[in-house]
Amino acid sequence: MNVISNKWIGQRTIRPDGADKVTGRAAYGADTVMPGMIWARVLRSPHAHARILRIDTSKAEALPGVKAVMTAKDVVEFPLDKSVMLGIQDMRWMCRNVMAREKALFHGHPVAAVAATTEAIAAEACALIEVEYEVLPWVIEIEDAIKPDAPILHDFIKLDGKPSNIAGKLEHKLGDVDAGFAQADVVIEREFKTRPVHQGYIESHACLVSVSPDGKATIWSSSQGQFMVRAMSAYLTGIPQSDIRAIPAEIGGGFGGKTIIYLEPLALILARKSGRPVKMIMSREEVFRASGPTSGSMSKVKIGATKDGKIVAAQGTFYLQAGALPGSPIRGAAGCAFAPYDIPNVHSLGFDVVSNRSKVAAYRAPGAPIGAYAVECVVDEIAEALKMDPLELRLKNAAKQGTKAAHGPVYPRIGFVETIEAALAHPHYKAPLGKHQGRGVASGFWFNAGGESSAQVNVTEDGNVVVTTGHPDIGGSRASTANITAELLGIDYKRVSVLIGDTATIGYSNLTGGSRVTFASAMVVTQSTEKVITTLRERAAKIWKIDPEAVTWDDGEARPAGDNAGKFPALTLAEIAAKASETGGPIGAGVQLNTAGAEGGFATHVCDVEVDLDLGIVRVLRYTSFQDVGRAIHPSYVEGQMQGGAAQGIGWALSEEYIYDKKGRVDNASFLDYRMPVCSDLPMLDTVIIEVPNPKHPQGVRGVGEVPLVPPLAAVSNAVYNALGRRFYSLPMSPPRVLEVLEGA
Amino acid sequence: MTDTRYLAPQTLDEAVGAFAAAAGAARILAGGTDLLVQMRAGLLRPGLIIDIKKIEEMTAIVEEPDGGFRVGAAVSGAALAEHPRFGQVWPGVLEAVNLIGSTQVQGRASPGGNLCNASPAGDSVPAMIAAGAVVTVQGPNGRRQMPVEAVPAGPGRTNLTPGEILVSFALPARPKGSGDAYLRMIPRTEMDIAVVGVGVSLTIQGGTVTAARVGLGAVAPTVLLVADAADALIGSKLDDAALEAAAAACRAACRPIDDKRGTIVYRTKVAGVLLKRTVAIAAERAGRA
Amino acid sequence: MAKLHVATTINGEPMEFLCDPGQSLLDALRGTLGLTGTKEGCGTGDCGACSITLDGRLVCSCLMLAAEAEGREIATIEGMAAGEDLHPLQQKFLEMAALQCGICTPGMLIAARNLLERNPDPTETEVRFWLAGNLCRCTGYDKIVRAVMETAEEMRGAAR
Repeated sequence: MNVISNKWIGQRTIRPDGADKVTGRAAYGADTVMPGMIWARVLRSPHAHARILRIDTSKAEALPGVKAVMTAKDVVEFPLDKSVMLGIQDMRWMCRNVMAREKALFHGHPVAAVAATTEAIAAEACALIEVEYEVLPWVIEIEDAIKPDAPILHDFIKLDGKPSNIAGKLEHKLGDVDAGFAQADVVIEREFKTRPVHQGYIESHACLVSVSPDGKATIWSSSQGQFMVRAMSAYLTGIPQSDIRAIPAEIGGGFGGKTIIYLEPLALILARKSGRPVKMIMSREEVFRASGPTSGSMSKVKIGATKDGKIVAAQGTFYLQAGALPGSPIRGAAGCAFAPYDIPNVHSLGFDVVSNRSKVAAYRAPGAPIGAYAVECVVDEIAEALKMDPLELRLKNAAKQGTKAAHGPVYPRIGFVETIEAALAHPHYKAPLGKHQGRGVASGFWFNAGGESSAQVNVTEDGNVVVTTGHPDIGGSRASTANITAELLGIDYKRVSVLIGDTATIGYSNLTGGSRVTFASAMVVTQSTEKVITTLRERAAKIWKIDPEAVTWDDGEARPAGDNAGKFPALTLAEIAAKASETGGPIGAGVQLNTAGAEGGFATHVCDVEVDLDLGIVRVLRYTSFQDVGRAIHPSYVEGQMQGGAAQGIGWALSEEYIYDKKGRVDNASFLDYRMPVCSDLPMLDTVIIEVPNPKHPQGVRGVGEVPLVPPLAAVSNAVYNALGRRFYSLPMSPPRVLEVLEGA
Repeated sequence: MTDTRYLAPQTLDEAVGAFAAAAGAARILAGGTDLLVQMRAGLLRPGLIIDIKKIEEMTAIVEEPDGGFRVGAAVSGAALAEHPRFGQVWPGVLEAVNLIGSTQVQGRASPGGNLCNASPAGDSVPAMIAAGAVVTVQGPNGRRQMPVEAVPAGPGRTNLTPGEILVSFALPARPKGSGDAYLRMIPRTEMDIAVVGVGVSLTIQGGTVTAARVGLGAVAPTVLLVADAADALIGSKLDDAALEAAAAACRAACRPIDDKRGTIVYRTKVAGVLLKRTVAIAAERAGRA
Repeated sequence: MAKLHVATTINGEPMEFLCDPGQSLLDALRGTLGLTGTKEGCGTGDCGACSITLDGRLVCSCLMLAAEAEGREIATIEGMAAGEDLHPLQQKFLEMAALQCGICTPGMLIAARNLLERNPDPTETEVRFWLAGNLCRCTGYDKIVRAVMETAEEMRGAAR
């Protein structure tokens, strides 16, 4: 560990971007304008599944005010027989997702787009586009999509040689489950269902794109990665990446949903055709209909334990909806499901199922909440069958250093046990409950991630510091960067400015996602700052004409050390900066790394609910999250991640779901009827930060953002069971479903 | 492109004249919290928008000498809540009006708009029906009165004739021992459309219910006046049998649909549950009045 | 399409602008007037990101016509700080990390200020219901509610 003092790391500093965000100055995706800018709208499929026979755009093109029209023929096609991966996205699917090609695959699938002088004219022109469809049978739900006679979305996807909607399979095996179950005294097997839920960011997708006559393009957009925007836009338009500059706007929430793009390539093509800057903003309805929710699921989990509470075998099968194109998060579901436990025999299987829904996008610990929901509910039943406290059962089986996980790794030092112990010791766990109230617990795991990051740390001529990194800051990462830089340099936090660079000004940096940013950017920022400190020592040595090895950097100044100690007055950062020109030039350093060493994150949640037995309404009364975060660089934003994830999980458990009508259309594409928790729905969300430092990180950081969404589904579900004595095996536990189950009693 | 015009007349005659002349192409703008949503969704493209909020009568809250109230059709929920007396006399009606949307929507949304939007789930309507409110409408042929329950004709349709504008609600004077209440079932605590809404107004004398009205929302194409439920309560001391009979009458009155907001089975059961809970609150208030 | 001329007051400054008769005030603020601090999350009054006050009354600017601003006083997030002096709510939101992505923050602050003007000593329940029309997906509302309560307490202390 490099950090000794704690002057800034761990402090609740004011975020560098804060003042702009509380005064309305911060520019989000929809907030940028350009002279001559025009507006584009998308024509979307009115059918859930239809072959596109003909598109006639002539009437739209003739409408006064229309400047450009585009269809799939303007998008670079990636043939179906060859995968071209960009991160986790296959460009075969992306080119068909941004614009329907052979077929419209879901209601709301883009079919054409128009740019015009006003949004109203663009919308009117869309209505003038004639599309001839051959309407095809469609399928929405997993159970229907995997039936032998189901309508097939893609003929080229085959399972056992026959066309199928099962597009992928992933399997983890450890030990011998049959032998394991044979040792078990208690075996419980249950089936579960969850509905697709949307990330629910409040900012709709938005972008502004300008293409110069020389072919160079600039994209302003809100995303979780400007480099992802650049690369995907380049792939889908054929423009070299070097000719695209992607400038990250402030992002109004993403939660994974902005790790892919929808509008940018369309705006780019329209801007290129029209010669005008093109702005596009999705309506909220479009966001719900056509941007990624996460998968709905169908799973079966079987767990066996001995009388003394040792889990000896576990088996899980997880079917996840991919939407219309392959790529559901089966890795998260099947991989994370059993990861919290030391189980000798595990078999975990995930299936990727396509159906006529919008293509799923990542959502906070993609897939993991689905796996954990099933597993943690069955673990609760095992505890009950064994008459054990559910936390004690988890403690007895908790993974720890040296545990071999079914998804591959042998864990280094992890902090799962500490989360359970903290929950057991917390007053919440012992607090009395009233009538119709219940308490549930659940745990969860997320892999966390490293990957590519870049940082540049520059010392200004007046002796302050500017740090540039390459990941959009969604939840306060600039504050963490400033804390680390100030700590290492030993200067006041306010002397550090932190910026997010665009694709032309900072080196490649992977997405803000997977709980990787604070982990990875801390590494590159730390190494860059250390290089700067080395330079500062060298410059002081030059000024003093002594050996750089004889200079230390302490508390924001260079000091002569060893034999020279006390021989020269210390030089501050500002003093060295003032002499930068004569001592060798500008002072700054950049580091670009493919970071490694992100270790898994664990959490345990405790939830109290109360149920209105006559109306079936479940309210969360109290909620406490216990999470090992490695090291909290900025505790407020760590707590914020924990609270936000809990709130999203409560929504997933109780009120959020995609509802389809009889024609295969989303029936609740609004914030009114897609029911995310509102302020009055929730109690305070308590947090207990546990810090078991990641041995592979300079500050001990583990990822934080994903894990909080993993336990809540089961924590709420187990609490409802505890209140009612009736188990629920599907989500959401909406009032009609709660009454249905109660009346079935 | 259809051109839209905007008109904000100062007098009702002017508004009625323009509304009638537009022959169906015009829309009345009160709070706008439904109208602007419908326009944005492309469901409506009115040729003329008539903003009625500059007409004094439309935004007035008047306590009549006999103790009754006259509430302008375009009075916002927030303005009604700030009236020093209205909420004391008609707490149930006020609760209902104040359940229409968020604080922000309260700043604009009006009982007149809620009624004329003719959603079966409009929150203020069951409470107004329970209150026995009578509306005044004005059209090319002059003014007329009609009970609130006679206004909705079906989802999105009213019995107002072409050119007629809803002007105000008249709520009767309250005898001693009267109380009203409104409860709705929504999945969240706020920001939802009622899955079921129940308005109850009671007068209790010497422990016996002497007058009762029950309005039931979101369980049929229009908000219902449930006379059978009221009859079950009148003459009773609100004993369990009377309450169950009234609840059964509410359930029997339900002709709901299965939709994204609730099922037939759920709505029907909840109608009875809410009736009992709403009666309890109204009775408690009647005891204090 | 004939445009309407609107004379109004925004954050204390007289303003005139032209609008389409069917245009929302939100579109006029963000587009015509360049006041992009007021955000659009839904356009249907369900998220509160576009909250402003109209003659001191909290409203969604997406649910009113720009034409209705004639002769009225509008307050938006751009007018909340007095120069470099942040409003106590703005300052407390920063200190207590009551924002993550920040897209709901302008609307949340306008709504919270309007609450404290009307009710300087709100209970937690009152804060939660007042803000129920302001969706936030990042914070779970915890730090927002705490920041509003603590600001109220400080403002009461300062007023004493």
